[in-house]
Parts: sequence; structure tokens; C-alpha cells
Amino acid sequence: MTLPSFRLSEDPGPDFAALVRRMGLSPVVPDSPVDARLTITHGTTCVAVRYPGGVVMAGDRRATSGNFISHRTIEKVFPADRHSGVAIAGAAGPAIEMVRLFQLQLEHYEKVEGAPLSLEGKANQLSQMVRNHLPAAMQGLAVVPIFAGFDTARSAGRLFQYDVTGGRYEEFDHASTGSGQMHASTVIKMGWRGTLSADETIDLVLRALYEASDEDSATGGPDLLRGIFPVVATITSSGFERLDDEDLEARYLSILGQVATERGGSR
Amino acid sequence: MTAPFYVAPEQMMQDRADYARKGIARGRAMVACTYDQGILLCAENPSRMLRKISEIYDRIAFAGVGKYNEFDQLRIAGVRHADLKGFSFSREDVDARSLANQYAQMLGQVFTHEMKPMEVEILVAEIGHDPAGDQLFHILYDGTLVDENGWCVLGGEAEAIGSRMKEQWVEGGTFAEALQAAVGALAGPDRTLVVSEIEVAVLDREGPRRAFRRVEDEDVTSVLGSNDTNIDT
Repeated sequence: MTLPSFRLSEDPGPDFAALVRRMGLSPVVPDSPVDARLTITHGTTCVAVRYPGGVVMAGDRRATSGNFISHRTIEKVFPADRHSGVAIAGAAGPAIEMVRLFQLQLEHYEKVEGAPLSLEGKANQLSQMVRNHLPAAMQGLAVVPIFAGFDTARSAGRLFQYDVTGGRYEEFDHASTGSGQMHASTVIKMGWRGTLSADETIDLVLRALYEASDEDSATGGPDLLRGIFPVVATITSSGFERLDDEDLEARYLSILGQVATERGGSR
Repeated sequence: MTAPFYVAPEQMMQDRADYARKGIARGRAMVACTYDQGILLCAENPSRMLRKISEIYDRIAFAGVGKYNEFDQLRIAGVRHADLKGFSFSREDVDARSLANQYAQMLGQVFTHEMKPMEVEILVAEIGHDPAGDQLFHILYDGTLVDENGWCVLGGEAEAIGSRMKEQWVEGGTFAEALQAAVGALAGPDRTLVVSEIEVAVLDREGPRRAFRRVEDEDVTSVLGSNDTNIDT
């Protein structure tokens, strides 16, 4: 690999995605629908909820190919940089690749320019990436992310939902994506109040993912047998922090206890 | 048609080297050295915005002296090289040695083939997982690549600063000792440096994935004791 150098008029500036394109490293867009011949691995339910101190982001761990559970431990929630995170649903391969490119895009900008992008700028960058992905989405490789972060300029958590065309919509309470999104967002909608603490928000999010997994076969629930739990992270003024599995296990045990009591054990 | 004057290749190289050296000597110097927990990079720089020291990758830093626009161009090329390499392969596959080689190639090429050589001296530093893995690559305007041990000086008056550094730097010292040695060496016996005119950054051995961190003025002041650097020189 040689040092990339460009004529002034062709210089990609701090845009890493443009640099990747210029170096010919972008993936090829399929020219016909891929679903017809291949079964694509899909990732499913992710949610993000705002609370006064920031945002909680979470995603289940299941990936499916048609009827098959293809992975039980896939991760769909990623740190984008120190103060933001991204969660994805859709075709797993392109989605994870998009996250990788997005993470690098933010880091590359920060290094080249010597200052990080604003949260709004990051949200717009992701929007452009989703839009550039539209031709592949048309062939059955749709990727729909959620972006959330702590806006250090405003001292508040913010979250953004996207559609497949790159449309970017800021949400003020919660956002969700993927096949279980309807069930998850109903639970959140019922339980959400503007004054929830971080702890209460995390429990609400876990309950939402639990209910989504109960209704949607493509969403994985907590797997106590194997010790697999959703990826849950808080994004606050101190940055992106992922919760550990012991914490999640304890929370899920109490949620399951609660569910059992509520349903009274009858069939 | 007039025949061009014959210039001996030795003379031509000598002229170019003199030209580059003069350009570099006009700017201020910088020092890099290892300490127990990392690598310290310390430059004399009156500007807060136009940086001489910056981050290339997780464990790699860059420093340049001489003509700002020229070393900044090299810095950006380095960031691009590292990010592309990490993107195509893996983050662990990005290393200072290959980057330093690329820089040496480029500077050598410019020195012999272009109208004017680049008036820069650059440093590529990589922090190892243990002190034995620390690397300092010093690259000169003509593409000469030097693998430095422990510390190195870039810029004008390198010899004088280097001899002071040799006296004051101790292997495996603390951050404070390294910073005092570096600032003392840059300042010399007859001069005091103001904290606002020193740019300091470190590569931290233990710490987050991105090891590069700028050291704030307050922290520099707390190490150097007072607002100037008239320390044991």
C-alpha cells in the first residue's frame, strides 16, 4: 500500500468514504435482486430511548436467514465514537460494513481536521451513507440504522431514525428499527415518561426487547441457558458505555419473575 | 539553442540539501522521547491551531518541523494510508515501520525529481505494548530514514538540543522527568519557554484504543512547576 496522494482538485478532504471510493475499495452493487437466489442473513430489533441524562440503546442478538437462526450472538449496537452509537437492522453483511465505514468516517474526519464533527454532522453523514446504499437496498439488501449520541454542545442526548432512502428524522422520546420494532416500540410507548432514570430506562428497554422476542420469531430473547443477553449501552456525558452481562442477567431474572407473577402461571 | 550549463550531480544534491536545511532551520525544533508509560512528543510552537504533533492511528503519532503546509500534507497522507490499511486488513496490521518507509520513499522521490525538495523533517512514533516495542522513526528531507533509540530531535539546532537531551534524559524515567528533560533541552541555558508556546502530546502505553492524547497547558504547568521553564539548566 502506497501513500495516497491526490491533485488538489481531486482531493477527498476529510471524507473517508470518498477516499475509499477513489481507491476502488467500495463494494459492487448487485444488478439484480439477490433475495431470489440467496438467503441473506438479517439482523432484527434495535431500540433507543432518551432520558434526561442521555440515551439508552439496545439490540437483540439474533440473526436469521429465512427460517433459520443463523447466529445467536451477533451484535447490532456499536459505538460510533466516544459520544455516539449506532444500531442497525436489515441485511447483516452490508449493515456491519456500513457501521465499520461510519466509525472510520468519524475518526478519519477528527484526525484530518483536528476536531470532531458535531452530532448533527454525524447524523447527516450516516444519512448520506444510507442514501448511497439505496441501489443495493432496491436489490433486497436494505439497511436501516438508528443513530444516538450525547450532544456535548447542548448537554443532552439526541436520537435519529432513518428510512431506507436516507431520510433522517430526529426523535424526541424513542426510536426503533427492525422486524420486532412494532412490538418493542409499543412497550416503550406505554412505559415511557420524560422523567425516567437511567436505571428505569434500561429496564424498560429490556422489557421491550423481551416482548418483541415473544411476538417476533426473528428477534432473540434473553438466553439464560447460554448466557446470551442483548447488547445494551448508555450514552451520556461520559461517553458510550456497554452494560456487562452479569448486570443484564440480574435485570432479566427480575423481569422474568415479574412476567411470571403478572401472568399467574396459568395457560 | 543554448546548451544548459553543466552542473555536477554532487553540486546539485548539495544545493538542494542546503536549501532544505535552511528552510528547516528557520522553524523551531521538537523533541520526542520515551518514558516508562509511553512516548512524549514536545514541540516549541507558538500557535494553538497549527499543530506540529498529531495522531495518525491507534498507537501511532506524527510530528513535523519545517514548512507547515508541506508536513501537514504528509500528515494527511499518513492518516489516509493508515485508515485505508486498517479498513482493508485489520487495525493490528497498521504499523509505523511501513508508514515510515512510505514517507521515506516519497521524500526521497521529491528530493531527487521535483523542482524543490520538501523543507521538512518528520517523526513517526509508535508505542509498543512493552517498552522494547517503542519505535521512533526520524525521516529527513531527502528521504533518509533513521530508527532512533530512546529520544530524537527534529529541526534547527538539533545538535545543541541533542547534546542537552543526552545529558538530561534518563531511560525508563517518569512522564515528569521526560517532560522536564525535553523542555529543558529545547529551551537551552539562556532562554525560558512559556507554557503557551509548548505543544505537548503523549502516546499512552496503557489506556484506551487510541493512545494519542494532547497534554493540556495546566498539566504541563503542574509538571514544570511555574509558568516558565527555567528548570535546572
